[in-house]
Amino acid sequence: MISYPRWKIALVAIVLAIGIFLAVPNLFGEEDALQLARDRAAVIDADRTAVEQILKDKGVTPSGVFLEQGRLTLRFKSKQDQLKARDLIAEARPGQFTIALSKSSRVPEWMRSVGLSPLKLGLDLRGGVYLVYQVDVQGAVKQLLDRHEQDFRASLRNARVTYQDVLVDYPTYRVRVLFRDSDSFTKGRAAILADNRNMNLSDVTVDGAPALQLVLTPQEIKERQDYAVQQNIVILRNRLNSPELAVSEPQVARQGVDRIAIQLPGLQNSAEVKKILGKTATLEFRMVDETNNPLEAVGTGRVPLGSKLYYTRDKQPVLLKREVVVTGDQLTDASFQPNTQDGAAVSVSLDSRGANKMLENTRQNVGHMMAVVFIDRSREKNAAGVVVDRTTEEVINRATIRGVFSNNFQITGVNPIEGRELALLLRAGGLAAPLSAVEERAIGPTLGEKNIKQGVNAMVFGMLAAFIFMAVYYKVFGLIADVTLAANVILLTALLSMLGAALTLPGIAAVVLTVGMAVDANILIYERIREELRIGVSPRAAITAGFERAFSAIFDSNVTAFIAGLVLWLFGAGAVRGFAVVLMLGILTSMFTAVMGSRALVQIIYGGKRKVDRLSI
Amino acid sequence: MEFFHKVTRFPFMNTRKVWYGLSALLIITSIGLVLLRGLNLGIDFTGGVVVETDFPQAPNLESLRTALAKAGVENAQVQAFGSSRDILVRLPPDPNAKGDQIGAHILEVFGAVDPGVKLLSTEVVGPQVGQELFVKGGWALFATLVLILIYVLFRFTPKLAVGAILAVLHDPICVIGFFALAQMTFDLTAIAAILAVIGYSLNDTVIVFDRIRERARTARKISISQVIDESINQTLSRTLMTKLVTLLVVLALLFFGGETLHAFSAALVIGILAGTYSSIYISSALALDLGLRTDDLLERKLTKPEEVDGLP
Repeated sequence: MISYPRWKIALVAIVLAIGIFLAVPNLFGEEDALQLARDRAAVIDADRTAVEQILKDKGVTPSGVFLEQGRLTLRFKSKQDQLKARDLIAEARPGQFTIALSKSSRVPEWMRSVGLSPLKLGLDLRGGVYLVYQVDVQGAVKQLLDRHEQDFRASLRNARVTYQDVLVDYPTYRVRVLFRDSDSFTKGRAAILADNRNMNLSDVTVDGAPALQLVLTPQEIKERQDYAVQQNIVILRNRLNSPELAVSEPQVARQGVDRIAIQLPGLQNSAEVKKILGKTATLEFRMVDETNNPLEAVGTGRVPLGSKLYYTRDKQPVLLKREVVVTGDQLTDASFQPNTQDGAAVSVSLDSRGANKMLENTRQNVGHMMAVVFIDRSREKNAAGVVVDRTTEEVINRATIRGVFSNNFQITGVNPIEGRELALLLRAGGLAAPLSAVEERAIGPTLGEKNIKQGVNAMVFGMLAAFIFMAVYYKVFGLIADVTLAANVILLTALLSMLGAALTLPGIAAVVLTVGMAVDANILIYERIREELRIGVSPRAAITAGFERAFSAIFDSNVTAFIAGLVLWLFGAGAVRGFAVVLMLGILTSMFTAVMGSRALVQIIYGGKRKVDRLSI
Repeated sequence: MEFFHKVTRFPFMNTRKVWYGLSALLIITSIGLVLLRGLNLGIDFTGGVVVETDFPQAPNLESLRTALAKAGVENAQVQAFGSSRDILVRLPPDPNAKGDQIGAHILEVFGAVDPGVKLLSTEVVGPQVGQELFVKGGWALFATLVLILIYVLFRFTPKLAVGAILAVLHDPICVIGFFALAQMTFDLTAIAAILAVIGYSLNDTVIVFDRIRERARTARKISISQVIDESINQTLSRTLMTKLVTLLVVLALLFFGGETLHAFSAALVIGILAGTYSSIYISSALALDLGLRTDDLLERKLTKPEEVDGLP
């Protein structure tokens, strides 16, 4: 009898059973589906019932419906049903949902509800757009300095303190307020400190005159930069949820210090995406100059002092006051409210700084009009091929101030379509720092399908070759190896499905490579058994020795490969990272199956026999 | 079936000068190729634009080039990839170009030549990112080698560890040399393949070393060079068999995996060949020339008597 603890066999059986269970969702295949999301809110059960009713009334039955992470997925038997359903929902509930066409697995709902899900496919396999944006963090710090400068000027002006100048020095992150004499210095210092309580100001002397100095600490700079990246991530997420894009599962993640990586499965038109995402737009709230006639200003070409000429989206001229009340980076949120007491409205939230300014402004200006200016900066080539920065400034909304408000207020009198767009534009305007796309990969669905086909082909042929070779060369033991190889692929699939790691084409290559590694472990063991047999050891002892002695070699050799995988995972991105993940997981599963799994199988085949005369190896 | 009925008796150690020579030749050729021909770096590293299109029937490359030139797309490389119907256009990085439109623009130009053309993929990498990825790739290679060295140092004696790392260095050099020779696109996946090759090639070396350590402890009467020879010969069947199977699998990737995995699989094939060679002929020989003695291997046994590894 060859002894091998029962519990180890049981463990192998249990792990394999769990593996099969977790891997099963991958067998169901995919169907055309719709994904419904709400702008800024989760889709709830009531929506689900409503949507199902709409479809039922028109005789379109989805083959599956489920809510996950605030998104409603409806699966359909055919492409026609899918498209028909989309039109029906859009028609019955205009503007309520963002409807994206996608594909969804046919996994039964009970499986999904216990957390079983199929493998996620990477963009190179399902098609889509991958974008990396660079956040201008330095620009964000500059903005902060500029804001301090303006604030200082405003404080001094309000307190009627004379000062020489306020200077910003970007490279040293410094703002200096220069005064003429110590008297105005004392007053100015008090005025600035009254408005900026927690600011760490120092007194310095510049060219013999007193001055007040603010220097950003490294921590403040880092905080500002982090804030800019985080803020941009939030904004990009919001923009991606906008109805115009209709992406099924957008992913936005920070990459390194100042980059943001975006994955948009299923999308093809990266130009459209970038147009919406890459807008470095800002907003300004300004008071309308109601005393002068804008048409006159256009006619004479002379703009009244203290005002600036703007145009609305439908090209109407408007005169606005030069002072900015609130800028877009002080805006924290904007959402469209279809049903308020005053009809459709856009709700706006401001941060504390913006709120203070708004409070002060509305106190003085109830009954007057305030306007929102949308400033869009884009960089493009002109007819001569020269790159120019183009700035478009547009008045997107004018409204009368009805009362005093600060951090929360509503812009009423908008129609649903306008309101929706205004909310989007307001949110879009909040970009904390300019973005630029530095990397972009768009994979069409045809290529995705081709990649899947080729990847699967390579996997099947590669595995077949390994299977046949093992069976022929090591006979029964070879078949044992084949069983463990299959188990290895099942476990790997199970792990990947469970972890939700995306499978990429290099990932498939890693699966194939893992098969090679798993074979390696088996061969190590078998060659060792053969060696032992050759020197005349009994089959029983040979098996025991083979497994025991080969283990250290298997372990050492796998560790080195694992290190390579780990480094690749740390340094890599995108598809290459997918390779690293599968490689590492594959090493773990292949060690388990090749060492414990095949030992258990050997035990089952040879263990029960009293006497083993020869091994089929 | 069995290819190696008896343990072979190849005198690897006595002939090592020959193998050193061969390795040196390979390394010098590889470095020479890289210096003379240069690497055909992919846009992952250079930055730029690659647009892949699919035509219903093989187009005339020259007419596509002319069409692009006429449309004002400058410095475009137009070539077929995979099949003659799949056309790839590569543009150098242009800080001012609008990447998002170039795909559509090229498709438009090609559409005038053949309306059935389809856009397969667009990739735009900024020059800054390209440079960073290149540096990162280099660091990844370096970090892998250092970490593996640390591991081997920890598991084996310093002389074996250094021998292993030197022998392993040989493999990525050969792979890079091959990329220079074939002018195959060297991109991120190639780096991934090289890292896998390093991990994988060390695998064989480790197994030989493992055997050397084991033999040195049981057969104390014979010289270390004999121990090494015996160990390599004893593990030879295993080394070649596993490499054969892995090679089969990787060849399947090369032939069926499509254009996207072509460079990757090719790097693996070359890497596995080079790795097998270096772990058989070079790594142990280097350890011997670094002055490896039986005592080095025994010493560890004395300090760590419980070195038998866990049971499966």
